[in-house]
Amino acid sequence: MTPLLWLIALSVFLGGGGLALFLWASRNGQYDDMDGAAQRILFDDDRK
Amino acid sequence: MSGAALAEAPAWATRAATSTCAHCGGETASGQRFCCAGCGAAFETIQQLGLGTYYRDVVRDNLARRLQPNAEPRTDLARHVRTAEDGSHELTLAVDGLQCGACVWLIESVLARDPRVAGARVNMTTRRLKLSWNGTVEDGAALVGHIEQLGYRLVPFDPACLAAAQDRTGRELLRSLAVAGFAAANVMLPAMAIWVGLFSDMGPATRALMHWVSAAIAMPAIIYAVRPFWRSAWGALRQGRTNMDVPISVGVTLVTGMSLVQTINHAEHAYFDGAVSLLFFLLIGRVLDHYARAHARAAAEQLIALQQTDVAMLEADGTVARRDAAAVPAGARILVAPGERIGVDGTVVQGETTLDTALVTGESLPVSATAGTRVFAGTLNLGAPITVRATAAGGDTLLAECVRLMEAAEAKRGRFVMFADRVARRYAPVVHLAALLTFLFWWGVQGMGVADALLIAASVLIITCPCALALAVPAVQVIGTGRLFRRGVLVKSPTALERLAEADIVVFDKTGTLTDPALKLVSSHDPDGLKLAASLAATSRHPLSRALAAAAGPVVPAEGVAEVVGAGLACGDIRLGSAAFVGVEATATTPALYLARPGAPVVRFDFAEALRPEAAETIAALRGLGLEVQLLSGDREAAVADAAARAGIATWRAGCSPVDKVAAIEALRASGKRVLMVGDGLNDGPCLAAAHVSISPSTAAEISQNAADVVFQGASLAPVADAIRTARRMKRLCQENIALSLAYNLLMVPVAVAGYVTPWLAALAMSTSSLLVIGNSFRLRRQAR
Repeated sequence: MTPLLWLIALSVFLGGGGLALFLWASRNGQYDDMDGAAQRILFDDDRK
Repeated sequence: MSGAALAEAPAWATRAATSTCAHCGGETASGQRFCCAGCGAAFETIQQLGLGTYYRDVVRDNLARRLQPNAEPRTDLARHVRTAEDGSHELTLAVDGLQCGACVWLIESVLARDPRVAGARVNMTTRRLKLSWNGTVEDGAALVGHIEQLGYRLVPFDPACLAAAQDRTGRELLRSLAVAGFAAANVMLPAMAIWVGLFSDMGPATRALMHWVSAAIAMPAIIYAVRPFWRSAWGALRQGRTNMDVPISVGVTLVTGMSLVQTINHAEHAYFDGAVSLLFFLLIGRVLDHYARAHARAAAEQLIALQQTDVAMLEADGTVARRDAAAVPAGARILVAPGERIGVDGTVVQGETTLDTALVTGESLPVSATAGTRVFAGTLNLGAPITVRATAAGGDTLLAECVRLMEAAEAKRGRFVMFADRVARRYAPVVHLAALLTFLFWWGVQGMGVADALLIAASVLIITCPCALALAVPAVQVIGTGRLFRRGVLVKSPTALERLAEADIVVFDKTGTLTDPALKLVSSHDPDGLKLAASLAATSRHPLSRALAAAAGPVVPAEGVAEVVGAGLACGDIRLGSAAFVGVEATATTPALYLARPGAPVVRFDFAEALRPEAAETIAALRGLGLEVQLLSGDREAAVADAAARAGIATWRAGCSPVDKVAAIEALRASGKRVLMVGDGLNDGPCLAAAHVSISPSTAAEISQNAADVVFQGASLAPVADAIRTARRMKRLCQENIALSLAYNLLMVPVAVAGYVTPWLAALAMSTSSLLVIGNSFRLRRQAR
């Protein structure tokens, strides 16, 4: 029983980490410009 | 320079064909690297900044506006700048002329090289530039100037509008979706164990533990993610209506509550997994729907921002200030430069010019104006600078009249109810009734306990919950509007495509809609004369001059050309203009220009309105789709008859005022027709609103763009037929999807009523129906054309 409880807690914790990361990215505006993000990676950027 | 240099003009005709401009990609005179001095300067600047790789990477987009360095007068920026507490300034601008990722890179790199700039970021989806800088507010103009010199056009957004456009709903939906998705994935872990446990030897204690784990994950997520549905359901109930969100909210809440009671009582079944995955699927539909609408709205805002005009107002002390057209008081004097649109209704007080009134009246030929002539907002000044006194901003202006007509027409159109909502209005009460009857049957007739009977009723709600129904329409809409968007068709209203699919008669406006906004040269027998005339014409903005210059191909503009307003152009002994101006008898019935030069007979150039590319094909295609086609125009009878004949339209009317047009549309509607109106002028605004559904080209006057449901870009008329075809296909797919999900529910409801639905069956049923609907919607995308 005990290992099961540990594993459930662990999986929920990991999943929660993913959720937190997504919420952070969305709040940070990283989903605001999907078209631009796809194109930007193609251009060399010599800015600091 | 004078006649001596011009005498060599015939030599140009023998030169080789055209080449493309190194900066903007437009046509240039052969041997020239650039089409104009502005492009040359922009190319220099980019090379000097070391950003020349731009030209290697840029992919030209034919739907985007070509780069035009130094084309537009600067707008008034200071009003739109926001200043932060730390003294930095911020400005959001609409960018016109964005072709591809390389343009984003170029704009950001150029700005980053200015030390004043704190941040510059172009959003390619919404085509906006967010610029922040340190220094003074006035520095903003210089920074914007850098980019305008490259040929992009930047127009500031009003901060008030931006605050309203902050997409709060979208973010809330996305957060809810994330939370529901997280919970749905994690709750499956204990749920799977329980399902397997039903067939093996899981003890009651382990099952209870798993139920508690499920509850711990699902409860907070459900409470968080169900709020958008509760809010909408509550809003509908308060107004005495019911919508799809009512059964969803009631179902999810009831199921969750019952599952909690079951868990506390250590019972066999709990539906946490079902409730959470239901919310997850529903939120996918909601998010898709929201993004499709937000995309269309952003595109519409962009169009409106790019059209916003400011005017040069003469202050009392004689200085000139640029003001918002809406902020101009009656009686103020406005300076209108050649090539500028008049921003107000008023009377000319000084100067003499020709005006292009096509957007206002539909008249395709320029009219002349002198002191005392009444002019209207939206008119283009073609000739010389004039001063206009703004008239009272009362109900007697043409613009106000059109707005009034439009509002009246829109009120008549009333609220169109979307197909999905119509289904939901019938469906929701049936679901509630079925659940209630199930409960009454098991509790009252069969004598089951309240809790068990409620659980069966709840399982009916969950299985009938219109999960697939809620996905059915948004999935099709997102794919359909995205497909149209890539072809330059913007869908502004969420119900537009449904209404478009229903249209059975198309009414076209002529000038600017069926025909190209520009006139075309139709006859010239003298290539040398044409080249010479074009070199004079290249210096003028008159539509006939521009048509002549365009027909002749790239030429070097002649120097020392004087424009006599309303008459013609003169360069030394050479004259190009009206018959009277060159001193011959007028011989043409259509618009014409005459060229007189020493030692050669007078040459006549005839012009006609050209149809838009693919106009006749589009009309034929519309007939093929089973639509009637009519033409209503404010122009002269001869011009309308000619255009109708060439486009293949049998039914037409000329000389219609805005009121006539609206009356004609109303008459068609009264006879039971569903009218699609295609128009671009100020005078078309009211009939666009009066029609069942409406389309405008993106070159349209602001008022008609606002009234239109759909806006298309580019010169060709083909998008009109294309939009109708796509709309019809979308409608059929939506109906298929809804039929699929309803048939599915019909199949499962008896099982649920009989009490045989267990949590695993509910979860399986829901996922398969949703996947089926999404899969069906993707057929729209696969259809390659």
